[in-house]
Amino acid sequence: MIPIVLIILLVPLSGSRFYVFLGTDILIFALFAVSLNLLLGYTGMVSFGQAAYFGIGAYTCALLMKKASVVFPVAFVAAGVFGAAAALIIGFFCVRLTKIYFAMLTLAFSQIVWAIVFKWNSLTGGDTGFIGIPFPQYLDSKVRFYYFTFAAVAFSLFIMRKIVNSPFGRILTTIRENPERTEFIGINVKLFQLVAFMISGFFSAIAGALFGIFNHSIFPDLLFWPASAEVLIMTILGGMYSFFGPVVGAAVLLYLRLQVTSYTQYWPLILGTILAVLLFFFPGGIMGFLQAQLALLRGNR
Amino acid sequence: MSLPDPSFLLIQSLNGLTYAMFLFLIASGLSLIFGVLRILNFAHGSLYMVGAYVTHHFVSHFVDIPGQFWWAVIFASVIVAVIGVIIERFFLRHLYVREEIDQLLFTYALVLIIGDFARIIWGTDQFSVSRPAVLKGAVEIMGQYFPKYNIVIILLGPCIAFLFWFILLHTRWGRMIRAAALDREVLSALGVNVSRLFTVVFFIGAWLAGLGGALVSPVSAIVPGMDVEVIVNAFIVVVIGGLGSFWGTLLGALIVGEVYAFGILVFPRLSLVFIYVLMALVLILRPWGLFGRALQR
Repeated sequence: MIPIVLIILLVPLSGSRFYVFLGTDILIFALFAVSLNLLLGYTGMVSFGQAAYFGIGAYTCALLMKKASVVFPVAFVAAGVFGAAAALIIGFFCVRLTKIYFAMLTLAFSQIVWAIVFKWNSLTGGDTGFIGIPFPQYLDSKVRFYYFTFAAVAFSLFIMRKIVNSPFGRILTTIRENPERTEFIGINVKLFQLVAFMISGFFSAIAGALFGIFNHSIFPDLLFWPASAEVLIMTILGGMYSFFGPVVGAAVLLYLRLQVTSYTQYWPLILGTILAVLLFFFPGGIMGFLQAQLALLRGNR
Repeated sequence: MSLPDPSFLLIQSLNGLTYAMFLFLIASGLSLIFGVLRILNFAHGSLYMVGAYVTHHFVSHFVDIPGQFWWAVIFASVIVAVIGVIIERFFLRHLYVREEIDQLLFTYALVLIIGDFARIIWGTDQFSVSRPAVLKGAVEIMGQYFPKYNIVIILLGPCIAFLFWFILLHTRWGRMIRAAALDREVLSALGVNVSRLFTVVFFIGAWLAGLGGALVSPVSAIVPGMDVEVIVNAFIVVVIGGLGSFWGTLLGALIVGEVYAFGILVFPRLSLVFIYVLMALVLILRPWGLFGRALQR
């Protein structure tokens, strides 16, 4: 764990703008994927509309800063609060459904949010996007923003780690394993699912807020449903039954994308193939595979 | 607000009806596959797109054959059906025992793969197919002109719906398909080859998608991205009608088609939002859809 943190902290010293850019991107999507995995891996809820909260975070933070001249720290926290509030409203309806119907309703709501952002030209700029989002004054370089992103993501992951290891988190895992029995032992399953949905929405929005500032521009495509599919792929790729699996998934996917797209325009083909191979041969994702190999090694000794 | 011209309203509702029939073709295949296999096939829109591209390919390569468009439609829809069978036999089959998320993401992987194959084969240019010679031109309805081709589509939709209703209700295969939708274990215990049945269902479902794509090619531009656009609309249709419900799909297609046709006129900005709100409302109030049966699952 410590060597990895050291490597992350030392990235900017390499002086490479490429790695600082990639590093920031990976950190942001790692947070997004872990927040999704709170639902997918820990509670067993397949959210197919997580991009909505990411987008809400990105637009909230950017709009508050540019249109209402709100200072960055306030806008940043507000992004998370807005994300959680949206998740509360949407989740209130979604947790009543299960399985594929839950997935479809999360998809429907995320498409509603996308359509609003897409059509509300006067507020969001619509299809042309919302551009010219500046770095906050005291974070006005790529390297500074990289460190800030690292701190924000690390702190968020720390909190989420605390949450999943708490009694609350244990109940989420129980719900994943068997919602009916969890209900029988007197636990309000829907309430717990709703709270998990809100927490997930909060951190997804925080990731979105970071992303908007990092890219200086945001577009409605951030909320369109393929974006929700992409973060699901990251999570599955890294392994949804491991806390840091989604982090690994985000890192591998984004690194590969940057490499592959410099050679060929057919990145979707490669991604689709990777995803298919993964689903057939490595259902536990990268972390699941590594853990299985490690267990095998120990068993042989 | 002044009252709009009734003839204009009629044409607009016919436009909506045309779109509804395309949606019905695609969504009925999607709904059939979900009803029997319990798999929500994201790649259904990709099959539709392949149907359109193959039709264009065929029509532009065999210009001299009489009735080339209709040959192209048959050829393209069968090709797509065969692609569907390959997908089911070699890949999807192994995922039936897995979690829903795995099945969902596998069909999404197919969206990515098929989409890029289409780009490799046909590039990113926009194509269009000209209407078959017999159906060129328009007919006059209350002083407005409406394309003959669209009228045929509007008539074809109910024919196909009726054909499938007949097959499902009055043939041996239809009975087996309905039984598989209810309880595949019992059906298998009764000696029916459920695995072959699944392949047949996927064949039919994919064929419908291919047919939809082939028939839409003269009225809509063939472009990369038409797969992603159509699949969400097909999802909305099956959700509104009820996943796995046949008549529900027809009703859902009519609702979505007309909402698009009139929503554009009444609330140009909000029609897109409205359609998703409708989908969410149905899921909240009647998750099994307007026509579907409530399931205990």
